[in-house]
Amino acid sequence: METNNNNSFEPKVVAFVCNWCTYAGADLTGTSRIKYAPNVKIIRFPCTGRIDYMLLMKAFANGADGIIVSGCHPNDCHYTSGNFHARRRWMIFRNLCDFIGMDMNRVVFSWVSAAEGAKWAEIVNTTVDTIRQLGPATSFQKLIKNSVFEEVGNE
Amino acid sequence: MARIGVFICHCGENISATVDCEKVAKVASEFPGVAVSVDYKYMCSDPGQNLVKEAIIEHKLTGVVVSACSPRMHEPTFRNACAEAGLNPFLCEMANIREHCSWVHEKGDATTQKAIDIVRTLVEKVKRNEALAPIYVPISKTAVVIGGGVAGIQAALDIADAGHKVVMVEREPSIGGHMSQLSETFPTLDCSQCILTPRMVDVARHPNITLYTYAEIESVDGSIGNFNVKIRLKSKSLDEKVCTGCGACIQKCPVKKIPSEFEQGLGMRTAIYVPFPQAVPNKPVIDRKNCTYYIKGKCKVCEIVCPTKAIRFDQEDSFVEVQAGALLLATGFDVLKTSAFPEYGYGKYKDVIDGLQFERLASASGPTKGEIRRPSDGQIPKKIVFIACAGSRDPAKGREYCSKICCMYTAKHAMLYKHKVHEGTPYIFYMDIRATGKMYEEFVRRAIEEDEVKYIRGRVSQVYEKNGKLIVRGVDTLLMGQPVEIEADMVVLATAGIANQGSEELAQKLHVSYDKHKFFSEAHPKLKPVETNTAGIFLAGACQSTKDIPETVAAASGAAAKVVGLFSNDMLKRDPLIAIVKKSPPPVYSSCTGCFMCIQVCPYQAIDKEEIKDRNGNIIKTISHINPGLCQGCGTCVAFCKSKSIDILGYNHDQVYAEVSALLNE
Repeated sequence: METNNNNSFEPKVVAFVCNWCTYAGADLTGTSRIKYAPNVKIIRFPCTGRIDYMLLMKAFANGADGIIVSGCHPNDCHYTSGNFHARRRWMIFRNLCDFIGMDMNRVVFSWVSAAEGAKWAEIVNTTVDTIRQLGPATSFQKLIKNSVFEEVGNE
Repeated sequence: MARIGVFICHCGENISATVDCEKVAKVASEFPGVAVSVDYKYMCSDPGQNLVKEAIIEHKLTGVVVSACSPRMHEPTFRNACAEAGLNPFLCEMANIREHCSWVHEKGDATTQKAIDIVRTLVEKVKRNEALAPIYVPISKTAVVIGGGVAGIQAALDIADAGHKVVMVEREPSIGGHMSQLSETFPTLDCSQCILTPRMVDVARHPNITLYTYAEIESVDGSIGNFNVKIRLKSKSLDEKVCTGCGACIQKCPVKKIPSEFEQGLGMRTAIYVPFPQAVPNKPVIDRKNCTYYIKGKCKVCEIVCPTKAIRFDQEDSFVEVQAGALLLATGFDVLKTSAFPEYGYGKYKDVIDGLQFERLASASGPTKGEIRRPSDGQIPKKIVFIACAGSRDPAKGREYCSKICCMYTAKHAMLYKHKVHEGTPYIFYMDIRATGKMYEEFVRRAIEEDEVKYIRGRVSQVYEKNGKLIVRGVDTLLMGQPVEIEADMVVLATAGIANQGSEELAQKLHVSYDKHKFFSEAHPKLKPVETNTAGIFLAGACQSTKDIPETVAAASGAAAKVVGLFSNDMLKRDPLIAIVKKSPPPVYSSCTGCFMCIQVCPYQAIDKEEIKDRNGNIIKTISHINPGLCQGCGTCVAFCKSKSIDILGYNHDQVYAEVSALLNE
């Protein structure tokens, strides 16, 4: 996909998705041959409830410019309540991001069901467009890398 | 030292059309720890699988990454191939470069680079995979059937005939459900009770079936193979073992003017009652809300007349617990009441009734002994107007779906009326006639041609009372929208079928999903129509969507076949991708600090407390313990654990952190 018209910045976006809804929804996007930007790469989890938000920090520290977390719609969770727990922690995570001065447009939370292939493509494309405009997230990368992962050690 | 094999599939041209597979294989061969990296046209084919198997043996691989389609497609295929070559199947991962890459991006370097990134991520993950063994859990070969209508009866008999134990739970005092209320059934016009009541008796007599009537599901724990179902047996105020069902109490009960639920309010019953004469079990219950003794503290006429002294006024609700391998939901449906229709009189006109009430009027065992008479004055109506799609296909009533059964039963009602009142005229206002079953269209034609039912295509805007008549104002859209006004003696609304009362609470107790109309959702609309998305819980009949009797029975037998299939094994094989509490050697034992946050968040009640004791039996530490039989592997506890003491096999901390790092560090 030729998207580099006048700037060479290609956003790196990591998508943390649940196995049952959004991963299957992204599979459907493929089966329906709906095209989207190749900047987003997916990591599969059993449930959004499993997603430890330190992982999102880790992704920013390692050079991600944006993040998508997506799971089943409320009341559709394969594990009944994992997505509600994810949403609760997400609210706190957003406050943290806000506190350290991160642009909220870089972190996207959505519900994509296994039947919403087109919605997945749309979310990816809008997120990539937004982040393309925002530019690289370098300042946050340094900040997070130095403060959060200092003692844990990177790799 | 890791020795990973990477296998890049072209999927014919599905992947290679946009991804340079040779390049991916070449780049992957240089990743640290990769021992072999090859590409092949069809990796899932027999020669492709052999390629994987041979490489495992030749290169002594410790892990395999197959870069092809979605793991939801072929993960089992390649895991089996690995197992055949002697590699633990859980050391095989799929890199999804088809659905998530080649199919959704244009040909180009960026797409190939994404494929490389995906492969690198999975290589890093698989290096950290552990060899796991599947978990085997024993199956309790008892099925709990919830609901004793025709669906539950059919399913219970099928499962019981296959030699398994069945526990049937019915909310009402008798099984039978809606089918026992019907007069005659379309398209054959055979009597509903004549078909059903022998089956009800079969259920009661079957040695493999335990029947609990006047009972409800209190709670359900556990999972497929091992549900623990707690059933509340509502107090019948009577000792069933002593009661002979003679009926003396019913005859003498002084409270006789309670609208009967079974007769849809058209008939009366007593406070101690059986819902209908053919009830199974045919033993009465006391309706405590209406019984004089429970209201005023005196009466006890039933106790005095009872020849066997079976009445127990102080009886309390009791509970039974059942270990079940499978649950079958057959809770049926209900119909919208006439009070939901302001345009048809809010239910305040006695002669505007719903379809189920008409069934009772037409039934030989009904309040009028099968004669069609107006509920208001008992006169025989000369003109009846039937209004189809009352509520159904009507977004204004919040029900945009077709209830599916009304076209047929309305035709049947009109026909039954004509058979009983020869000089009468039945009119049917309809939107479309949907008669799609076997012999259904012929049945409707018969109503129109032989019984001269007057079908008017159009909607009714208003029904109002005038001089003892019901004025029905509608429109005939086949006559260019000409207004129609009929002076009717009775109006029957074919009201929409709706989810049964309490289905939402039940779904939440069982962790079964339901749609916006509160009908239970099937696991897949086409391929898994009788399963729910909770393993081990199955669906039958109208609790899923309104269904006619043949469809309900077919679904019930289908669900029963699924249960019998599940019970054909002694042990259930489950993926071992579950959470574990990490242990360490003494004196630490575990980094778990005992905050027990995990217990609160676990949706399956799979976590309990474990006491670590020294040799003298003194408790050193209390930590969390995860029951591997109950854990479903969602990982919510993992994310909540503050001390990082819980990890989930297959998606552990090492693996996911490595994935995030590998994905971004090109």
